[in-house]
Amino acid sequence: MHNLFQQKWMTGVLLALLAAGVVAPLLAADTRLPQWIEVVLGGLMSGVLYSLVALGLVLIFKASGVFNFAQGAMVLFAALSLVRLMEKMPFALALAFTLAIMVAVAWLIERVVLRPLVNQEGIVLFMATLGIAYFLDGLGQTIWGSDIYTLDIGMPKEPKILLGSVFEGGILVGMEDVIAALISATLVAALALFFQKTGTGRALRAVADDHQAAQSVGIPLNRIWVIVWSVSGLVALVAGIIWGSKLGVQFSLQLVALKALPVVILGGFTSIPGAIIGGLIIGLGEKLSEVYLGPLLGGGIENWFAYVLALVFLLFRPEGLFGERHIDRV
Amino acid sequence: MIYREAGQYKTSYESDQQLFPIRQDKVFVLLVLAFAFGAVPYLASEYLFRAILVPFLILALAAIGLNILVGFCGQVSLGTGGFMAVGAYAAYNLATRLPDLNLLVVFLLAGAASTIVGVLFGLPSLRIKGFYLAVATLAAQFFLDWAFARIGWFTNYAPSGSVTAPAITLFGHTIDSPVEKYLLVLAIVCVFALVARNLTRGAIGRSWMAMRDMDVAAEVIGIRPLYAKVTAFAVSSFFVGLAGALWAFVYLGAWEPLAFDVNRSFQLLFMVIIGGLGSILGSFLGAAFIVILPLVLNQLPGWLGIPLSTAMISHIEFMIFGALIIFFLIVEPHGLARLWAVGKEKLRLWPFPH
Repeated sequence: MHNLFQQKWMTGVLLALLAAGVVAPLLAADTRLPQWIEVVLGGLMSGVLYSLVALGLVLIFKASGVFNFAQGAMVLFAALSLVRLMEKMPFALALAFTLAIMVAVAWLIERVVLRPLVNQEGIVLFMATLGIAYFLDGLGQTIWGSDIYTLDIGMPKEPKILLGSVFEGGILVGMEDVIAALISATLVAALALFFQKTGTGRALRAVADDHQAAQSVGIPLNRIWVIVWSVSGLVALVAGIIWGSKLGVQFSLQLVALKALPVVILGGFTSIPGAIIGGLIIGLGEKLSEVYLGPLLGGGIENWFAYVLALVFLLFRPEGLFGERHIDRV
Repeated sequence: MIYREAGQYKTSYESDQQLFPIRQDKVFVLLVLAFAFGAVPYLASEYLFRAILVPFLILALAAIGLNILVGFCGQVSLGTGGFMAVGAYAAYNLATRLPDLNLLVVFLLAGAASTIVGVLFGLPSLRIKGFYLAVATLAAQFFLDWAFARIGWFTNYAPSGSVTAPAITLFGHTIDSPVEKYLLVLAIVCVFALVARNLTRGAIGRSWMAMRDMDVAAEVIGIRPLYAKVTAFAVSSFFVGLAGALWAFVYLGAWEPLAFDVNRSFQLLFMVIIGGLGSILGSFLGAAFIVILPLVLNQLPGWLGIPLSTAMISHIEFMIFGALIIFFLIVEPHGLARLWAVGKEKLRLWPFPH
């Protein structure tokens, strides 16, 4: 958090601008307050889901310096495995098996891809994760098939009406979104505890700070990497369950990774709180722009708006809101 | 024995700084060019021209452009597909709105249009670095995708958003057979590969490389980061835009915005990495690899007589493609161009061990 306070005024200006952008639609004559609240709530909730995918990216980047493009493929792979296993066994068992599969995937990635590529440049590792993404996409669909599967884990589908007495018609809130947001929040909190309080978490943070120094005090780098990739596999599984039950488990699920990228650069590659706040900002901005700005521009802007929003933030804070400040020395 | 520079003395600055200082290299390149211009048009089949040679050459040109940015200047870009689209749509609009304009001029102007857009999106690179920049360039990709799909003016208000390029007519002659198309593309690619080679070994190329190796140090010794980075974006986008125009006019003929989506950007980045960062030759090798590999993978089950459904083949193709990428990165992270250089070094010493 310390970064935030170093350039207080700049961040202040940014956040003020953001708040102005959020409130601006209210000034338009034809905006209804309940609808605006619905949009804001919807944006925040989808933002939590973006944070979840972004979290997987940040975890891996922190611990191994790898920009993991395969996160989306991992989400798809986890969701596909779970859905197909659930056809044969109860949910809990399928969940356990899928987790085991994700750990195996993490172990294989460390063994086959990362270990031979240790000390290579960032771009080479990034390309390797693109290779992993292709491989996992192909593997998942070869083993589990490529149809659209519905994932039903008993989330309530019908929306609930809140504050019906205050506003005419009340505010529609999707219960599914609320539960998803709660699950995500729990996971984020659990991960924060894991990182701060457990020995393994401390080792992970040490590796994140400096690979060589961590290794020299006896932290087993390879095992740490397997753990990190497993944890991000777990995060991918949770994201896959939530997104999968929302959209159905299908190939396009891996595109959520593209949604998570602006979140990561906005929050900063190395910051877990950044991933969460970035997700909220992106989710909010995306929904608001889609509803209030989209019609003015001809629609379909949700694909790029998040990126442009993140780009604007980056111009003021080139390492994201909470990213580590990079000091160049000759 | 045959490949050795012994006895080739350089007695002037010109001969010291020529493009191929070793005579055998020069002879080899001239032979390759003679073969490509003189023999290939008679030897290759129509399928070879259409499915392999033309896409290979055009994508190689785009890969050279991207390599200038990523390999020489160190600015990772994931928006290449978008800049190709700028070139394609600029060429389409120029050719349909100004039908009298010579098509070569159209292609060059398309490159210029792409240059302008590239510089615009390249300006943030002065503040944003590394992977932050890579993701930020995705903003260009997605914005341009959207612009060409939604803003009707670009596609001349075509209802489905797909447009058809006019026939390629140069100096009163219509180019429609695969051989002619191949020769046209080959000529353009050769000229611009030469331009790229000379740019990268000149002062401007050296300033790009200094920027890539360490921008702060480069700044200290007097290289202006604004100039170096923006020129790299400009030159790179010009090449990419030109390739986009060729891709649309010569290879596709008719296309929709999807032809230049983010997968194209990744494909080009693969070419550059697998071919070799910071190498013009590598751009060609990488393009050849990425163009030919899917064709081979697609045909392989048929050749081996394994009956597989098309869906299955495409999934397995994905897997093998991904695995091969990883394999290549592990075996030679510096790309195919590095293998070539190692081979040349070995040949220099042959038949002696060292």
